[in-house]
Amino acid sequence: MMLLEMAAGGFADRVAVGTRDSGLTFAELFERSGAIAGRLRSVDAGHLVLADVSSEALPALLFGASWAGVPFVPLNYRLADAELRTLAGRVSPALAVAEPGAAGRLDGIDGVETVDRAVLWAELATALSADHDWAFDGEDVAVLLFTSGTTGDPKAAVLRQRHLVSYILGSVEFGSAGEEEAALVSVPPYHVAGIAAVLSNAFAGRRLLQLPTFEPNAWIDLVRAEGVTSAMVVPTMLARIVEHLDAEGPGSPGLPTLRALSYGGGRMPQPVVERALELLPDTRFVNAYGLTETSSTVALLGPDEHRAAVASDDPAVRRRLASAGRPMPGIEVSIRDEAGAEAPVGEAGDIWLRGEQVSGEYREQGSRLTDDGWFPTNDGGWLDDEGYLFVTGRIDDVIVKGGQNISPGEIEEVLLRHPAVADAAAIGLPDHEWGERIVVAVATHAGVEASAEELCALVRRELRSNRTPDHVEFVDDLPYGDTGKLLRRVLREQLAHLGDA
Amino acid sequence: MAELKPGSRWASQVCTTEVIVVRSPGGDVDLECGGSTMVPPGEGGPNGSPDAAASEGSQLGKRYVDGDDALEILCTKPGDGSLGVGGTLLGLKEAKPLPASD
Repeated sequence: MMLLEMAAGGFADRVAVGTRDSGLTFAELFERSGAIAGRLRSVDAGHLVLADVSSEALPALLFGASWAGVPFVPLNYRLADAELRTLAGRVSPALAVAEPGAAGRLDGIDGVETVDRAVLWAELATALSADHDWAFDGEDVAVLLFTSGTTGDPKAAVLRQRHLVSYILGSVEFGSAGEEEAALVSVPPYHVAGIAAVLSNAFAGRRLLQLPTFEPNAWIDLVRAEGVTSAMVVPTMLARIVEHLDAEGPGSPGLPTLRALSYGGGRMPQPVVERALELLPDTRFVNAYGLTETSSTVALLGPDEHRAAVASDDPAVRRRLASAGRPMPGIEVSIRDEAGAEAPVGEAGDIWLRGEQVSGEYREQGSRLTDDGWFPTNDGGWLDDEGYLFVTGRIDDVIVKGGQNISPGEIEEVLLRHPAVADAAAIGLPDHEWGERIVVAVATHAGVEASAEELCALVRRELRSNRTPDHVEFVDDLPYGDTGKLLRRVLREQLAHLGDA
Repeated sequence: MAELKPGSRWASQVCTTEVIVVRSPGGDVDLECGGSTMVPPGEGGPNGSPDAAASEGSQLGKRYVDGDDALEILCTKPGDGSLGVGGTLLGLKEAKPLPASD
């Protein structure tokens, strides 16, 4: 809230969200947020639930909740009705804002009042309350985000005001954006990057544009039509953007206004980044690594590091293109072994993080921080001798074959270097002799083929022989969630017949 | 003199400056703007004008620190008075530019 008041004070007449011609200015956003705060106070709502796509109302809802001191709870609107209702019920009493025409999905939940976003937005435009009273308490819960959770019920990660404010103050310079700058966001509001984008861009004074449903042509058209200068995408989106730019051929006008493109939120096939760097020679690329529990980005690989890696003959430097870069200021990274002891440089272990933006707290389960403030992420990774962080994947996804821990990420990285391979995933399936066997699912580019023998030989040559796949299964595509995460659990179910019973 | 809790807000008595405390050394601190002690917003002023020795002004969105970085405050509303502690002006914290990641 404090962030928005500063933005409204610093650049009231700039467009905060929407198109150049019809967007909402920072002064208008401030008024709308105040009106939402008034509405929340009048009904004594304990939470503001959002079951909706990105819209021009999103920033006002986020800031309005903070203004009223009420947690903002964006839900995955793609969930089935029953799941959506269960989650909304867990944060009752609440005011729930629903996608236009879909308010019925949340009707009749005890303690939850539902309102159609379009109806609410129209009301606010005419009935503005001038309630400018707000307080800042760093301990107030700003946002609750349900993590997808591979097992059991989704957990609600708690981000307090102090976590988000630390993140913004640590990573964004107030008013640093030029008046012409615009950021395009195509991740949904229930993704931590969707929340961080609203805050970061408002504090920088940068106009926010939203693409509620990602589609590569629509994304490219919007960048060109609105002169978008920066954007954040998840890896699957970048792969599809690259495909479409490639298809435009040599006559492609490119994306000349796009100065910065950041990607994160999952593993990125290296050939996609390399091709993107070629297609967009003037764009500054940033790879950001972060978790919901850490208030978004904790490490990043910057633009110069991208270009240096691509241009280098030194394999150790070139490899950094696949890294998450180095920790942000104020963030400490430590790689720990299974006993919690610090692992030597170059050795893989659990990534532990510490810093003021790191929450590591869940609503029902409490804080997962150690006594000295470290958050064990359950992401596997290692640091190179210059402190570049390589993330290998969730520890839970590690394949244990004959007592050896094998990270799927390293096998996938090698497979993706093969020119015929469009996508690849390695999983462990039950094996009577070895405990688990290594099964890889491979999707090839249209019109090209690779043999299983050839792919196994590639892995054997690049990695140790115990990393060689026991079985290669060719598939049309791999299962992804809507925020670009590979769904290994689904893949394991699909390929269960390839393991011992 | 008052204890400056992180997150607490303070207003100048002699100009429009308002700040929020980002980091504090603990204990009582005499936070000043324009040479006068800062107060909770709405509790006095602004009246008069800043001391000549503390009239360079405060800048919106800038962070100010004391000599050993123990105290850090963020300017949330700018004004004509300079920020200080116990008679010494605070310095502007150097911005470390980072590429936007979201």
